[in-house]
Amino acid sequence: MTENFEPTIIGFTCNWCSYRAADLAGTARMKYAPNVRLIRLMCSGRLDPTFVLRALASGADGVMITGCHPGECHYIEQNYKALRRYLLLKRVLKGMGIEPERVKLVWASAAEGAKFASETTAFVEEIRKLGPLNWGKPSDQLPIISEPVQHEEVPA
Amino acid sequence: MTAKPKFAMYWAASCGGCEIAVLNTHEKILDVDANFDVVFWPVAMDAKYKDVEAMEDGSILLTLFNGGIRNDENEHIAKLLRRKSKILVAFGSCANEGCIPGLANLSDSREIVHTAFNTISTDNPNQIYPRTSFDVPEGEIHIPNILPVLKTLDQVVDVDYYMPGCPPESHQIAAVIDLVVQVLQGKAELPPKGTVIGAGNSTVCDECKRTRNVKVIKSFERIYNMQIDPALCLLEQGIPCNGPATRSGCNARCPTAGAQCIGCYGPAEGVVDYGARLMTSFASVIDAKEPEEIENILDGLVDPTGQFYRFNLAGSLLKAGVPAWKKEKV
Amino acid sequence: MSEKKQERVGVYVCHCGTNIAGTVDVVGLARWAGEKLKHLGVVVAREYKFMCSSLGQELIEKDIKELGLTRVVVAACSPHLHEKTFRTAAKNAGLNPYLVELASIREQVSWVHTDKAVATEKAKAVVAGAVSRVIENVPLEEIKVPINPDTLIVGGGIAGIQSALEIANAGFHVYLVEREPSIGGHMAQFDKTFPTLDCSACILTPRMVEAGTHPNITLMTWSEVVNVSGYVGSFHVTVKKKARFVNEELCTGCAICQEKCPKKVIDDVFEAGLGYRKAIYIPFAQAVPKFPVMDKENCTYFIKGTCKACEKFCPTGAIDFNQQDQYVDLDVGNIILATGYDLFDARRVSNYGYGRLPNVFTNLEFERLSNAAGPTSGNIVLRDGKTTPKSVGIIHCVGSRDKNFNNYCSVICCMQGLKFAHLVHERTGATVYNFYIDMRTAYKAYDEFYQRVLEEGTLFVRGKVAEVTDVARSEHEKGKLIIQVEDTLAGKQRRIPVDMVILSSGLQPRHDAKAVGKQFGISCSTDGWFTEKHPKLDPVATMTEGIYIAGCAQGPKDIPSSVAQGAAASARVLDKILQKEVALEPIKASVDHDKCSGCRICNGLCPFNAIAFIEDDQVSDINPALCQGCGTCVAACPAGAISGTGFSDEQIMAQIDGLLFLNLLPVEA
Repeated sequence: MTENFEPTIIGFTCNWCSYRAADLAGTARMKYAPNVRLIRLMCSGRLDPTFVLRALASGADGVMITGCHPGECHYIEQNYKALRRYLLLKRVLKGMGIEPERVKLVWASAAEGAKFASETTAFVEEIRKLGPLNWGKPSDQLPIISEPVQHEEVPA
Repeated sequence: MTAKPKFAMYWAASCGGCEIAVLNTHEKILDVDANFDVVFWPVAMDAKYKDVEAMEDGSILLTLFNGGIRNDENEHIAKLLRRKSKILVAFGSCANEGCIPGLANLSDSREIVHTAFNTISTDNPNQIYPRTSFDVPEGEIHIPNILPVLKTLDQVVDVDYYMPGCPPESHQIAAVIDLVVQVLQGKAELPPKGTVIGAGNSTVCDECKRTRNVKVIKSFERIYNMQIDPALCLLEQGIPCNGPATRSGCNARCPTAGAQCIGCYGPAEGVVDYGARLMTSFASVIDAKEPEEIENILDGLVDPTGQFYRFNLAGSLLKAGVPAWKKEKV
Repeated sequence: MSEKKQERVGVYVCHCGTNIAGTVDVVGLARWAGEKLKHLGVVVAREYKFMCSSLGQELIEKDIKELGLTRVVVAACSPHLHEKTFRTAAKNAGLNPYLVELASIREQVSWVHTDKAVATEKAKAVVAGAVSRVIENVPLEEIKVPINPDTLIVGGGIAGIQSALEIANAGFHVYLVEREPSIGGHMAQFDKTFPTLDCSACILTPRMVEAGTHPNITLMTWSEVVNVSGYVGSFHVTVKKKARFVNEELCTGCAICQEKCPKKVIDDVFEAGLGYRKAIYIPFAQAVPKFPVMDKENCTYFIKGTCKACEKFCPTGAIDFNQQDQYVDLDVGNIILATGYDLFDARRVSNYGYGRLPNVFTNLEFERLSNAAGPTSGNIVLRDGKTTPKSVGIIHCVGSRDKNFNNYCSVICCMQGLKFAHLVHERTGATVYNFYIDMRTAYKAYDEFYQRVLEEGTLFVRGKVAEVTDVARSEHEKGKLIIQVEDTLAGKQRRIPVDMVILSSGLQPRHDAKAVGKQFGISCSTDGWFTEKHPKLDPVATMTEGIYIAGCAQGPKDIPSSVAQGAAASARVLDKILQKEVALEPIKASVDHDKCSGCRICNGLCPFNAIAFIEDDQVSDINPALCQGCGTCVAACPAGAISGTGFSDEQIMAQIDGLLFLNLLPVEA
């Protein structure tokens, strides 16, 4: 965990609710953490786990997925698909050793500018605590296999 | 001595199944012999690395490279064969996407080595571990060093064609041999560079004869737990079959035999991350709206990372799990 | 990355006065884009005070023409404001409008962050993302579909009737489908309407007659829509015409059958349970159409096989006990839903005693009491049917503005409560108390009506009534209903004994609103009202092209507003009909049949039924006219066989790379 680590987070918003919530936060001049860079989708149902993996593999420290509240989806019920994919994705990330908390799902209606702002700032702090993900190239330094492993007992 | 074009086949980190699959083409192997001068094939003939080094660059017309790039020897030979070959084919799932050896990317490579020398059945009282170099009276000997992560062939060299499968189906290998022979005879043209050959254009469902309906998943099941309807789609019965996301070409061997597809033919055309396609499609058709209900159903997928990335981990977007990346410096 | 020709991208950074320029270094940003994104194809990067102004737009148009731009990025305000503006500008200059992307650096950067350096850095990322994304955009053409000039209107209340007349008078054909035996809706049940105190039936019935006799209106009462398919311009609807057991061709509306029918049934629809009707009945005297309807469940013939008095006495032989439900298929171009509201069930507020204490009435029951054609001939009397009350308490906000029931305000209850106060005074001279939280009398002549009722001597108590009880605590409370309330203006608890209590029950969505919405492919808000396209700027349209909403189905409102919305919905429909075809936004998904394996995973994912499975080819297919462009199927397809325009995988992946600055050239060491 480096000092002064500023997380970089990619956020996905849906055109009808959460993007408008972000706009409302802007119109109302609410201030929130600048670490989230937003992508507009028509619906949270467009959220392909590939996007999340791409973001994490490309340097993002976290991903925020936002959409309409369940039952209020502009396209009736597509946000439920986003919810299901998100829950499964978190399990897979855990299996890969990535903290599932690096991906967060937030529901925000078009009127909830304040919620959007506060959730964003809170998420940035959570990621700051988790530290940078730094999903990059592997270290080119070859491991010296004759040295015992430092950290823990190798299980028998 | 006829100037037959040169052919090579090499195995890196693999199981040997690809070689068996080639042999399984039965008489077709004679076409290989008839049309090519086999210059390098460790399983079948006694040629040495220095023989390959001595060849002119680009002098081997066709090299089938199977196995993943696990250690520095694999990487060295991959680069060597790339230089010496005109057409380099990533042959089989290991070279294409990492396959089973790629699952090592979920662990720290040093731990892997240590574990191998320290299992419950290993007699290693003095805690001896291999070294990569050792002085003997004759000089210094080297053994290959394990790379931090297993890589696919195209992550180390430029690849011309890809033949997926674990192993590639023998009938597909036969078809490719036929194509190459036709090209040699001027009767056909090679497909564009980068094409996936020896496989279909769609996914396994295209070749599967089971009946398919609108999907509504209420639970995920294990095969041994149930009576499987032989005529109905496995996924609809709750069995997590990777067929919908896996490239066709194998004639849906496994679902036809009553087993779920585990995805050895890799992703469909144009897909960026194979596991993501499975995650998204399975999740989308779960029949639940409340988070607790969804989680309950997902509990039926016991090892989702393994289920979705069994063959494809090294070739996926993330390529490896955190332990493989985040090593403490030694 | 494909080997295509490099695009020529223009980047335009807006100052928006100081709105953006005050926090983001717009000049530096434009310069940065011109230098650092040059290798991606950025050939010009400008900044300007107000890009949305005519001069700003002309800048873009000029560059498109003179510099041969093939893509445009405008870094400015939210696309929800000016995306159309810049797309039109591009179109005017000859560039496909869908090759323009907006990067929001105002609502999402300058207005929400304070540190200039940090904001500028984020703005760079946003622009980098937009540039990479726009390069992956493809030209798109709007899809045009023809419009069937016939219209379906569901719901024959005042809003539906207004809609129907507007369209019919314009010369186009309307099907007006109504669930009840007659059109008229709730308005037919009222006595007087506020603030003018017009007799409701007097102003409504001429409209009803006009609708019933209009050559361009096909009235289908005692009918319900059972199936809807298709899309704007060509909907296919199946309507179930329930059996009336009366042959409409022969019936003259003489009502002898009703007179002779020996079976009396409590009329809990029109008379709100206060009066009776017969088993064969015309719902009210001015019903349109005039044909009676037989209530099968209560008819002696259907129960026991005897009677048939109606048949005996019908002079034209119009009774037909063998009549079957009929299913009619209609083809229409547009649909208006004006299905109205249900009343909140006041029994749920058990402390007010409705259903338990006989002299507690709901607003609808009171309308029937007060109506001259009602069960008491317009006499305001207690449940015994005879006693005139000497004191009446009217309780506002029953079931409304209440977190325990419905959180919203039902809009009309204050005026209704005042109206009741006036009518009670006028008819009975009783002492009237109105118990209110706030007095909501906002529209034309409403507040003047409130002042009038104040002057008439109605007593107003500001407080939410805690309880209505018949348990007397003193002699003068005996035999009365006691209203226990905190009078917040007087600052004390009061117990006010009255003879009659009227509850202003709130308005609720119809009990089956959600199912009806789903049937037509529109959604309901969390409260259950149909969701409008935009709460301020588009209250009668829905997110589904071709489906409109009007009246209380969209949310509680008074009669003038319902009429206005009915007319507004008609205007929208007429504009489509007159254009003869409609252009659909080209954000659509499509299936690559070669890649599709027919796994059918997508088939169940579309709430708009746009995805069909072609059995013969064993592939799935998407109807672009039905597709709403949400992209769910694009994301779900395991084979990657479904692609979506406007938000393709290539566009989004490119944007991710850009936002993370991966698309910049490596820095020279």
